[in-house]
Amino acid sequence: MDAVVQLIYLAAAVLFVLSLYWMNHPRSARRGVGAGVIAMVLAIGATWAHPLIIHHGWIVLAIIAGFVVGVPLSRVPLTAVPQRTAFSHAFGGLAAGLVGTAKYFQWASEGPDHLTPFRTAVLVVEVILGYLTFSGSLMAAGKLQEIKWIPQRPVLYRGQNVTNIGLLVIAVAIGIALVLAPTAPWARIAFPAMIVLALLFGVLLIIPIGGADMPTVISMLNSYAGLSAVAMGFVLENKLLITAGALDGSSGLILSIIMCRAMNRSFTNVLFGGFGKVQAAKAGGEEQVYKSETVEGAAQVLEQASLVVIVPGYGMAVAQAQHRARELYDQLTKRGIAVKFAIHPVAGRMPGHMNVLLAEADIPYADLVEMDEINSDMPRCDVALVIGANDVVNPAARHDKSTPIYGMPIIDADKAKTVFAIKRSKSPGFAGIDNELYFRDNTFMLFGDAKAVVGELVKQFSGAGAHG
Amino acid sequence: MSLRALVGIGLLSMIVAVSGATATTPPEPATAHVQPPVDYPSMLFVLVLSTFVGLGVILRVSRLLHTPLMSLTNAISAIAVIGSIIVTGSDYPPKIRLLGAIALFASMTNIVSGFLITDRMLKMFKQTRSRGEG
Repeated sequence: MDAVVQLIYLAAAVLFVLSLYWMNHPRSARRGVGAGVIAMVLAIGATWAHPLIIHHGWIVLAIIAGFVVGVPLSRVPLTAVPQRTAFSHAFGGLAAGLVGTAKYFQWASEGPDHLTPFRTAVLVVEVILGYLTFSGSLMAAGKLQEIKWIPQRPVLYRGQNVTNIGLLVIAVAIGIALVLAPTAPWARIAFPAMIVLALLFGVLLIIPIGGADMPTVISMLNSYAGLSAVAMGFVLENKLLITAGALDGSSGLILSIIMCRAMNRSFTNVLFGGFGKVQAAKAGGEEQVYKSETVEGAAQVLEQASLVVIVPGYGMAVAQAQHRARELYDQLTKRGIAVKFAIHPVAGRMPGHMNVLLAEADIPYADLVEMDEINSDMPRCDVALVIGANDVVNPAARHDKSTPIYGMPIIDADKAKTVFAIKRSKSPGFAGIDNELYFRDNTFMLFGDAKAVVGELVKQFSGAGAHG
Repeated sequence: MSLRALVGIGLLSMIVAVSGATATTPPEPATAHVQPPVDYPSMLFVLVLSTFVGLGVILRVSRLLHTPLMSLTNAISAIAVIGSIIVTGSDYPPKIRLLGAIALFASMTNIVSGFLITDRMLKMFKQTRSRGEG
């Protein structure tokens, strides 16, 4: 029986690896989902069928409840996918934390000799990681969802890092004490105390982090959720848990590294740096002027172009302008103009978010081009159209050491022959950083709501088409 | 090439590890008094190798698909469902089983919503519209 279960687990592990492998191309990716589903069904079936599982009522109930909540959660609008993802990291962490807690109390009361030092140590790791992932991810989800009582802007105070690290050190110290004396009389109080500290640490870890860093934070929490599953695997001596958890952990790790590189920041800087406190805008000073352009003028320039690069930012999604952008894409490609979308790795609020938003607007993925690839084409680009993007096209990142974005790789929109930037109003940006791009000789501003402006542009083309 | 090698090594090692584990596991479930020796080295083995397999596979994932990738790994890491089922269904005190049931609910939610939303997003990625223009 055990051998059969282990072989089924092995098959599930292989399918999980294949599932991720098939994600290397959109063509095969859906097969990957299928493989994942089969693997999960196998794993659940093999576990449930084990003779040691004798109570079934609550299992059925919990599974039904999972479907009841899970199905609506999968139908959220794509702009809300980052929140949903953070929320599911929270659930992943919670599951790990709860299973760890349950196993600890079960062993402590029924078989204290099960609590060997190694096993207690991995239990402590599982519980701390699980609960801090839980509360941290909930905070992140709340920030992304813009829930009122969770501050959006980074909350910073003196001694913040000392407080945070101090909390974690105390939690770990309690953990070590538990490893040394897992069944001491005080352990039944120390264990919950450790949980509370981990929960608190998770909240305090996320509070100082601002919106711009959310893609990194989500990736990092993804990694933690995986690692807590690994720790659970060690506690329960289950190799499938270890394998699947490690796959998740390494995925989160790679995405975090990609996000950090895309912002030219280190991991510790994201967590302990407090983005946004560096700079209070070099306000006043020289008054620079925008050159603005009319929609009609812009349409004429666009019509003469042979290569148009659209640089979308999260502002485009906020304005719900992606479907208008698709219409513009259609109008231009119909005239034989090549149109590419330049995707910065941190465009959007989680890794790859912008691609999903544009794919939803029915833009073929062949025309979604990564930053590194598009930058070599920018000098021969006739028009760069910036929609709702700001920092990722700011040339100041190349040379101005005083801006917080210095060193961040950017899309070279300024190298295009003409730049059109759509901007809501003439006031300087929300972050207080003026965008150098807007004052370049070849840049012209189109003021207005992104959706309205792109819609007007589309009208210029479709109107012209109607009149012949 | 290197990826295939990595996958190959990973799978082989898992087979070795699993067969090793099944060979040493006694057929009877362990009672509270007789503990089977726990094979920690082979678990570490599995962890290290599957991390390498994971890194190799994930590095090859198209950047287009990083959001669906994350929701897929979400669903996969909900493999914690195994632990939840064990805790919920075993002959433990009800209080402990209740914790398991909540964990099972959380994992199940991740599995269902993770796989569904991944598929929903992937369906949107199309190679061309009526005709691609370069």
